[in-house]
Amino acid sequence: MRFAARVEVRLRPGIADPEGTTIERALPALGFDDVRGVRTGRSFRFQVDATDVETARRRVQALADRLLANPVIEDSELEVSLEPDSGEP
Amino acid sequence: MATRVGVVVFPGTNCEHDALAGLEVAGARGTLVWHTETQLRTMDAIVIPGGFAHGDYLRPGALARFSPVMEAVGRFAAEGGPVVGICNGFQVLTEAGLLPGAFVKNRGLKFVCAPTTVRVEVTHSVITAGLEPGTRLCIPVNHFSGSYVCDERTLAHLRASNQVILRYLDNPNGSIDDIAGIANDAGNVVGLMPHPERAIDELLGSADGLALLRAFVSSSACVRAG
Repeated sequence: MRFAARVEVRLRPGIADPEGTTIERALPALGFDDVRGVRTGRSFRFQVDATDVETARRRVQALADRLLANPVIEDSELEVSLEPDSGEP
Repeated sequence: MATRVGVVVFPGTNCEHDALAGLEVAGARGTLVWHTETQLRTMDAIVIPGGFAHGDYLRPGALARFSPVMEAVGRFAAEGGPVVGICNGFQVLTEAGLLPGAFVKNRGLKFVCAPTTVRVEVTHSVITAGLEPGTRLCIPVNHFSGSYVCDERTLAHLRASNQVILRYLDNPNGSIDDIAGIANDAGNVVGLMPHPERAIDELLGSADGLALLRAFVSSSACVRAG
């Protein structure tokens, strides 16, 4: 079975995010003076082949922990779902 | 025989020849080691020089850590071999878990390329051995993700066990506790953001980097002599 995975990686709370801060500082000039707490991150999307959703989730979690995120400074959040056109009934 | 230092080259490394030149002036013989190498037994010491290993994609050092040579560097370090990572090399060592902490983008999102003054804090590391604590050295930095971070516990441990070997006098990047260089517990693995190999002659603005490179070469010779 084929699963669609999305991993979001963000700087952990307490780690300065100069990109987020810079964006937030620019917003009032564009009329968005009601926006607070801007934090940046990255999103990774890929497919993973596995026998079931639990296995797929474990593989994605392992990939996120080992490579996509550096646990010293980053948190990750993941979503795994069956690919609609994976050919399975 | 001159001390033999392996200078690791990843795709995207760009300070390897400066490192070779610096090591030569400091009295060692440098040899380039391609990142697919799995054997470092003929080396007395290892330098991971600066640059953009594997394009710095994902995070600086994140992909370099999986190059075959890093397993060999890990074994070399575990056996007490002297290893120093400069700039991008420091980032690689943290990603590989050979040194604690991590790097984020500089304070103010500015790429910094400038001379900095660092103070030698402790002298039990392979790159500060024999120097006087408090010695000030003028050495350039050249980085975008040079702001060192670690959690409170790690910082407390680094301080308590004298692993902060170099501090900036005028912190150029927002590094926690003005940290410019650290060592592991044993002192044989060192990472520093300033580039000593770019400060080896007054013509380059400073020759202060030689003090560190000479210390590194001497301590490497001592390790070899056992």
